[in-house]
Amino acid sequence: MNILVVGCGKIGGTIVASLVAEGHNVVAIDENPVPLNELGNVYDIMSVCGNGADSDVLEEAGVAKADLFVAVTGSDNTNMLSCFLAKRMGVAHTIARIRNPEYNDNSLNFLKQELGLSMSINPELLAAQEMYKILKLPSAVKVETFSRRRFEMIELHLKEDTPLDGLRLCDLRGKYKAKFLICVVQRGDEVYIPDGNFVLRAGDKIGLTAQQTEIHKLLREMGLLTKQARNVMILGGSRVAYYLAKLLLSGGSAVTIIERDQALCQELCNTLPKAVVVHGDGAQQEILLEEDLLSRDAFVALTGMDEENILISIFASSQNVPKVIAKVNREELSLLAEKLGMDCIVSPKKVITDVLVRYARALQNSMGSNIETLYHLMDGKAEALEFNVSPDFPMLGVALKEMKLKPNTLIAGIIRDRATIIPGGNDKIFVGDRVVVVAADRRLQDLSDILK
Amino acid sequence: MNRKMVLYTVGRIILLEGLLLLIPLAVSLYYRELLTVWSFAVTVAVAAVIGLLLMFFNRHADRTLFAKGGFITVALSWIALALIGALPFTLSHAIPSYVDAVFETVSGLTTTGASILPNPEVLDKGLLFWRSFTHWIGGMGVIVLMMAVMPAESGRSIHFLRAEVPGPVVGKLVPRLRDTAKILYLIYLALTVLQIVFLLCGGMPVFDSVVHTFGTAGTGGFGIKSNSMASYSPYLQWVITIFMLLFGVNFNLYYFLLLRRVKPVLKSGELWCYLAIVLVAVGLITRNILPLYDTFSETLRHAAFQASSILTTTGYSTTDFAAWPELSKVILLLLMMVGGCAGSTAGGLKVSRVILLFKIVARDLKKMLHPRSVGVVQVSGKPVEEQTLNGVSSYFALYMILLLAVFLILSFEPFSFETNLSATLACFNNVGPGLAGVGPLSNYAAYSDFSTIVLSLAMLFGRLEIYPILFVLTPSVWSKKG
Repeated sequence: MNILVVGCGKIGGTIVASLVAEGHNVVAIDENPVPLNELGNVYDIMSVCGNGADSDVLEEAGVAKADLFVAVTGSDNTNMLSCFLAKRMGVAHTIARIRNPEYNDNSLNFLKQELGLSMSINPELLAAQEMYKILKLPSAVKVETFSRRRFEMIELHLKEDTPLDGLRLCDLRGKYKAKFLICVVQRGDEVYIPDGNFVLRAGDKIGLTAQQTEIHKLLREMGLLTKQARNVMILGGSRVAYYLAKLLLSGGSAVTIIERDQALCQELCNTLPKAVVVHGDGAQQEILLEEDLLSRDAFVALTGMDEENILISIFASSQNVPKVIAKVNREELSLLAEKLGMDCIVSPKKVITDVLVRYARALQNSMGSNIETLYHLMDGKAEALEFNVSPDFPMLGVALKEMKLKPNTLIAGIIRDRATIIPGGNDKIFVGDRVVVVAADRRLQDLSDILK
Repeated sequence: MNRKMVLYTVGRIILLEGLLLLIPLAVSLYYRELLTVWSFAVTVAVAAVIGLLLMFFNRHADRTLFAKGGFITVALSWIALALIGALPFTLSHAIPSYVDAVFETVSGLTTTGASILPNPEVLDKGLLFWRSFTHWIGGMGVIVLMMAVMPAESGRSIHFLRAEVPGPVVGKLVPRLRDTAKILYLIYLALTVLQIVFLLCGGMPVFDSVVHTFGTAGTGGFGIKSNSMASYSPYLQWVITIFMLLFGVNFNLYYFLLLRRVKPVLKSGELWCYLAIVLVAVGLITRNILPLYDTFSETLRHAAFQASSILTTTGYSTTDFAAWPELSKVILLLLMMVGGCAGSTAGGLKVSRVILLFKIVARDLKKMLHPRSVGVVQVSGKPVEEQTLNGVSSYFALYMILLLAVFLILSFEPFSFETNLSATLACFNNVGPGLAGVGPLSNYAAYSDFSTIVLSLAMLFGRLEIYPILFVLTPSVWSKKG
């Protein structure tokens, strides 16, 4: 597909990288030639220097032939205007980054409709939502929801004292009452789609699926903490912090925000009257302790600096705060942080990339069975996808054990009407089902891609 | 630097040359030239073995190449191409000295057209074809060809394109490098076929039209007759004049025309400047040489042919321009330095660089009078980045230094000032024939082996725009510390 990306900052650069990796023809537009040149040196793209809301620039970038238009400059207004222009110049699908909270309330739908936007993305809100999901289930390092939250996949880190150490997967089901499926395991740098004979070890990172209602029960049986974080300290008053605090407060949790900028503190006080806003430098450990870090359920580091977030999170972990989350944007740093023992890292860039890749792949595949959701698991080494089953799937009504699947693929769940099925060998797939598939080392476009 | 990947890519290029050599092999088979067939077959085998070995031993190379690796790859590839491409000439005893054969091949690949052969007529058809075919592949670039026909290896291949495609700024036509390379080669191929058809219509024999078209398309200039184009009809000379000018235009403009986007073509400052240079040069030369010829139309034809041939750095001739009056010869020498447009197959400084140089000078002069003034250099209605401007200035400085250095080395030879200077300019700018001792009716055979090697390097400097070859010759680039 031909895709135009306006804005080559942090987010834009990551989007370009992942779209190129997906095999699309990408044209990048930015007013600043420096990041444009850097991207052009590393990725096989065409770059056009100019204002993305200028129709001449868009024409030069080949807007007439584009299938998808993505505007992610730092300015919401530019994004909206350039998407509007692109739409008028013939691009069928436009996506704009709109992150100003004022645009993201009730007026968003009106804006989207009037501008003809296919989708608006707000990286900060998406990141906050992802953190909120984790805080609700603090033993997980990542939570992915499918089919409007009826079905969940959680990523867990198996600690040293885990009861699962040394167990074969086929023995697991008998041990626990809840129905669940371990779909993907990361050990070191390798990612496995395990079969029944796979033996778990302490230190593995696993992805497991279960019905949403059973997950708590299961985690309790495994002896893992399941209590929702009710008392959260947030470091930094960024937009992500605002959205996260809002979600937590509406869920009834107590939130303390520490921010070093006085004006920002005032603003947060106005917008979040229920939160405790502390003016102070969170990098000073004393202030954190003074604000009672030790009795918190969770600590979230959301300052603008990755390094600061990592270091203060390590400090919080050392103080035995039960759940610590850090926002880290740069991928190299998040890998380093994981080596330092930080297992729970959220990156707004990655969240938004998932959303865009899913959209682009669904668009490319609008003929066959639709991709409903797509998540990158285990640092992008595996994918979980939710498909709508269309009538032309060749294996309708065939038991799963009869199907020959490609290696490194797994059917992780079937959602029929309102029921969720954790599939066994005798389950079958019918038209209208939603099927969750996990795959490593390959990109799936269609449900039938999993068949040999 | 990622040496393994550099060698792997060089291996691929050599393999590609082996494949390309099959075409002249077929030509010499058709003409039943047994010795030549044998020498091409041996060369193909050598290229295949070397190419495959390099690829085999470096097959596990990490596929990323940065700017440095890109430059080195391009330079080494071109040197390897010339060394292997020279084998058929020596093996068939057509050019007994290997150094001379390398000169001839470099001259072909760099689209120079300078020859050490006094009588090309006596050469086998297969060799004549290969000589001109090197113009065609060298014109658009071998690495661009590799990108177009072989599967891509790395996203960073833009460094190759930068090192091989001439001009101060290299842009893509479409997002994918591979597609860009394909489009460029398709346009190139289409124009080539068009010219062959035009020449055939004018009654030129098939072999002659193909070979001369290769020479024109690559703006090379190898002919198959010692008097170049003088013996062909005025119609054929006009066709070649027009096509030489067409191949000297930035190929991106043809792509815009194909997309029916006329605006960027009309707004191209480089194109208009290029045409203006042609008109002024033709006008001045016509007036200057009017007394030498019988009719005005003949004078105009010779002036237009020579001016286009030299400006686009092709090097064909219809008459002995070395015998022209001084003014015309000086104009031709100046045209040699200007060269064609960026992104064409022509050599020289490139019109866009000359425009930028004048604008930079104008801006700096203004700055001297108004020290606080802010100056922005614009071309085709768009501001040019400061980095590009600096690049153009330092390129020009390097160009002059190297040009003078080559001239100085050549001056050790016992030839006239005019001969040596024009030889330097003609080789460095990939033109081919110079004046006096290296004029259109003479050749480079008189130069010693050492000077031949220096001139070969000068041609490579000109074709690859200095940097790649300069880096290969710089020891610190090769040390691990660098």
